[in-house]
Amino acid sequence: MATNDLKLLGGWFSPFACRVQIALSIKGLDYENIVENLNSKSDLLLQSNPTYKKIPVLIHGDKTICESAIIVQYIDEVWKNNATSSILPSNAYAKAIARFWVSYIDDKFFNSLRYGLFAQDDESKKKYFDELEEVLLKLEEVFNKLSEGKGFFGGEKIGFIDIALGCYLSWLKVKEKFTGTKMFDEAKNPGLVKWAEAFSAHPAVKGILPETDKLVEYAIAMAQGLAAAATAAPK
Amino acid sequence: MAPANQEEEVRLLGKWPSPFSNRIVLALKLKGVSYKYSEENLANKSDDLLKYNPVYKKVPVLVHNGNPIAESLVILEYIDETWTNNSFLSQDPYERALARFWSKTLDDKILPAIWNACWSDEKGREKAVEEALEALNILENEIKDKKFFGGETIGLVDITANFIGYWVEILQEIAGLELLTIEKFPKVFKWSQEFINHPVIKEGLPPRDELLAFFKASASKK
Repeated sequence: MATNDLKLLGGWFSPFACRVQIALSIKGLDYENIVENLNSKSDLLLQSNPTYKKIPVLIHGDKTICESAIIVQYIDEVWKNNATSSILPSNAYAKAIARFWVSYIDDKFFNSLRYGLFAQDDESKKKYFDELEEVLLKLEEVFNKLSEGKGFFGGEKIGFIDIALGCYLSWLKVKEKFTGTKMFDEAKNPGLVKWAEAFSAHPAVKGILPETDKLVEYAIAMAQGLAAAATAAPK
Repeated sequence: MAPANQEEEVRLLGKWPSPFSNRIVLALKLKGVSYKYSEENLANKSDDLLKYNPVYKKVPVLVHNGNPIAESLVILEYIDETWTNNSFLSQDPYERALARFWSKTLDDKILPAIWNACWSDEKGREKAVEEALEALNILENEIKDKKFFGGETIGLVDITANFIGYWVEILQEIAGLELLTIEKFPKVFKWSQEFINHPVIKEGLPPRDELLAFFKASASKK
């Protein structure tokens, strides 16, 4: 029985759904995990998120919350518990900085990674992956500044930025397999290399990020689907 | 306790015709916070802008006691948390989640659809207008019979929707389009009138004739 009356409409392949799972894990919350098939969306998903029809959606009793970053903040605010499980900092300025970088990650990082992975031609691929490299250099700087020598963007414990960026690690591993180059350049991103290991090993994260091989298969199927749609679609 | 002579320094780097910049003006006015304003010329960015927003080099940027914050939605939440009078975000986590969702939807989906329609060329016009009308319909369903998106008082979503309340009327006139009308979207239209006539909002919006002239000039350059 889900004692907190929590349902997550998500998917093991979705970095956004993973964020919610990690937040729930940090708070020690039980929930019903419903895996959606994006090629055949459930009625519950279509009714719960009519604006975007996307996962993740958190259903808490009679309340529906959409958009992963918004859901994570909701979870953090409802289950305030204690300082050791808080996801966003308590200081207003530190919160603003965290929100700014999560917004940056979902814009610059996400777009260069996904457009690069699914680009149809080599020139576009190179353009997006070059952009991704620039983004990673910037995030290395941010990590060094915000971690203050500790293991995470959130300092001693994982925080909002860690969860937001960390959930993309599995897709970065997919990029590694597709391109044959390591996800982080050890010379340029030594901080991020260490951070990725620490994040993946964190007790609240273990078991949530998908296995690389399984995700690679999923990504290949996705790429084939996109290529087919591109040739079929009328212009 | 802060020393008596320490002044709280609030600066806003903005651009007067920008709805994003204007959101911050409205928020600071609602809170009664005095600030120093710098008009930025994006064709010739100031050293301060480059220093305070090196990532995007865009406005608005709020600088509070030397600490910069960029991205209008991030700034708005910071303002509401820092100056706690005349709150525009509820304390209830679910109400906050809803307000954040609608503000994000405005920025990601609704504003771009309407903006595109207003600047669309012959070729893309029909489809762009269709998308803009769909976007306005989403808002029509959301406002329902509330006075403001925030309920009885101006909320985060109302501030974020300043473009809908004020800019759309001007842009659609220039484009020769009828997007937001009382016939098509009576509830959103009614909301827009409540919004622009709100005593504080009214004082914070840029003058209509200047905004019209500014966008007409932009249109003629295309």
